[in-house]
Amino acid sequence: MTRITRRAFAASTAAVATSAVLGLRPSHAQAAYPSRPIQLICPWGAGGGTDATARIVGGLLEKEFGQPVNVINRTGGSGVVGHAAIAAAVPDGYTIGIITVEISMMHWAGLTELTPKNYTPLALMNEDPPGIHVKADGPYKTVKDLADAIKAAPPGKFKCSGTGQGGIWHLALVGWMQAMGLPANQVAWVPSNGAAPAVQDLAAGGLDFCTCSVPEARAMIDAGKVRSLAIMAPQRAALFKDVPTLTEAMGVNYSTGAWRGFAGPKGLPQPIAEKLTATMKSVYDSAAYKDFMASRGFGTVWNDAAGYAAFMDEADKAMGVAMKAANLAKT
Amino acid sequence: MMNIISDAFGLVFTTDVMIAILLSSIYGLVVGSLPGLSATMATALLVPVTFYLSPIAAIATIISASAMAIFSGDIPGALLRIPGTPASAAYTDEAYAMTRKGQAELALGAGLWFSALGGIAGTLSLMLLAPPLAEIALQFSTYEYFWLAFLGLMCATLVARSSPVKAIVSMLLGLMISAVGMENAGGIPRFTFGLPDLLGGIEPIPALVGVFAVSELMRAMVSPEPPQLPRRKFGSILAGQLKLTKKYWWPMTRGNIVGIIIGVLPGAGADMAAWVSYAMSKRFSKEREKFGTGHVEGLVEAGASNNASLASGWVPALLFGVPGDTITAIAIGVLYMKGLNPGPTLFTEKASSMYALYIIFILANIIMIPLGIWMIRGASFVLRAPRAGIMPVILLCCAVGSFATGNSLFAILTVAAFGIMGYVMEANGYPVAAMVLGIVMGTMFEQSFVTSLIKSDGSLLPFFERPVSAVLAALAIGALAWPLLIWLWRRARPMPVRA
Repeated sequence: MTRITRRAFAASTAAVATSAVLGLRPSHAQAAYPSRPIQLICPWGAGGGTDATARIVGGLLEKEFGQPVNVINRTGGSGVVGHAAIAAAVPDGYTIGIITVEISMMHWAGLTELTPKNYTPLALMNEDPPGIHVKADGPYKTVKDLADAIKAAPPGKFKCSGTGQGGIWHLALVGWMQAMGLPANQVAWVPSNGAAPAVQDLAAGGLDFCTCSVPEARAMIDAGKVRSLAIMAPQRAALFKDVPTLTEAMGVNYSTGAWRGFAGPKGLPQPIAEKLTATMKSVYDSAAYKDFMASRGFGTVWNDAAGYAAFMDEADKAMGVAMKAANLAKT
Repeated sequence: MMNIISDAFGLVFTTDVMIAILLSSIYGLVVGSLPGLSATMATALLVPVTFYLSPIAAIATIISASAMAIFSGDIPGALLRIPGTPASAAYTDEAYAMTRKGQAELALGAGLWFSALGGIAGTLSLMLLAPPLAEIALQFSTYEYFWLAFLGLMCATLVARSSPVKAIVSMLLGLMISAVGMENAGGIPRFTFGLPDLLGGIEPIPALVGVFAVSELMRAMVSPEPPQLPRRKFGSILAGQLKLTKKYWWPMTRGNIVGIIIGVLPGAGADMAAWVSYAMSKRFSKEREKFGTGHVEGLVEAGASNNASLASGWVPALLFGVPGDTITAIAIGVLYMKGLNPGPTLFTEKASSMYALYIIFILANIIMIPLGIWMIRGASFVLRAPRAGIMPVILLCCAVGSFATGNSLFAILTVAAFGIMGYVMEANGYPVAAMVLGIVMGTMFEQSFVTSLIKSDGSLLPFFERPVSAVLAALAIGALAWPLLIWLWRRARPMPVRA
């Protein structure tokens, strides 16, 4: 048995510390990345949409790399905990994660210091725009009918829901109101525990409309209980061809969306990041990924590392504006 | 029609589906019996596996694993007073008291038998009544959910054996714990002390594991070893169940009906069904004084109820894609992934798949009986093992199980904190079950009240105006005022006699 002397321990610690400071890594790690299993952190719970996306991409990455890619759900703190875990990981390419639209929102609300700048962006792979949904047997046939009624009513008379207070669909509503030149509080927001209870409450007659994504309302639309009037996107969704965009329906040019992308901690070595982005591109182009996303009704978009960084920058600024308008920002 | 049914049998009786049902059943039994791992957890962990299965096999794994897990949560509850899942927490004390009386096999047998019957009753409701039941579910807005949560909280005093005042104090403590975090209507962080881990609030599972399991371990450490149960052969598990079915057919039916109704309502699942049914059973029993001393009646009703709710929870999920509980929320994702999109068309265009689903439900509830007996027999060894050997293993299970809920050390700290809290509460006669009820129901109670007021611009009228809401309000207020009226009536009556 080898005894670890104090001096030898100190020496090895110093060596490790030095190599860490100089950014040196054992050379084989770079030569044949990945040479061991990769952790893919998901900040949201098992069974949800983000988890499903992480798992399908993880499974396909595993095939490409020939190394296991383990999806780990680090939940808690409304996403803060998992996002922090990705940002704090060792930047060696063996811990990456799926980051979601909340990263561009939480810091404005003062929940965390983390911003998109704390990550090395790798690829944007999914975005879902919000729709505007009403009760199927309600009085509004087009989004213009609804908008006119909202304009005519006193602030707060109309009630809308789709997610919690300050969530992405709440900000979509605020953005739409502002694009029409109305105050942010023209429509009262009713917080809910996610889209499903909100859509159910819409069908039960408890709300005037909902601004969740179209796939989230899909089953109720198919059941004839709920109707989509428009989506807040630059073009129509492939799965819902007959739902017009806001621009087409009423000439209001406003679009937003909930997105999911992949990122590593800040300071990921360039060759590793490039390899990850390139591999994710082939995952994105694979039929397995396309089929999976289409079956769930999730939208697919592609942005490489640079495009994704620019996208997040813009999204972050837009969220700041919307959250300040809605009085949800602390910073 | 016959065509469709024979197609459905063809879909189910294939090798891969049969293997999927068998393996996921065993998996569900094992996971459900570990403290801290819930039926929801069991289902969520299956999702990546379903990627590689055929559509029918994928759904079969979820149906069988969740049904088994809900039943097997009763096993550690009865044997060790540690509920395996929140759905078993309502009647854990009762089942444990039966074990101490030497009736472990009767308690567990009742859990198994009435779970299976409840599951089949729930499936029948899914087959025969899905459209009308779904219409009822769509009548429920937040106003109705408020009254429902209110009624649920009122079960606290009924379920507890201690003084009603202490039960209410415990329940209020639970409500306060449910206020932690930012998952509230305002999205404002409350009582988080700047800790990001507290932003998401206190998860019910680690809290439950702490107050039941860890506090039990602490008690075991300070108390002398209880007298060894007389060493004897574990009797037949199913013997006597037919007699019980005959004797308690009405509580069982009532449990089934309550379970079906609660299951259909989105947002209220097996946990709530078990609490409400146990409380109802006690309220309407002819032998109320026996409750809490190891009386099987409550187990019959609550066991029948929680498994019935599991099946009927699929009704809104299949018709509208609205999850009836957390398990069906996961199942909906799998349905979409496998091209069985929820909606009325599922019942017409994919009718054979629907019938296949019914057959799987029935099959799962039938094979629950032999597998369950096997599981109970295996688990009964813990009664004979020395306590010093069992307790550390349980503590390890608690820690691992809670860690698994969020992969964070914080959950383990939560378990420890609630363990101490549970120990102190029990030592002073405060029922921990009432606190768990507060934690489980608190979020729904607050959320439905606040969002209702936002929708009504602060008016309380809609709580009483809407038809379903009015009925529920009358029930809730009636139940609240009833003991008071009885008390007044008893006080008033002797007066004229004396006069």
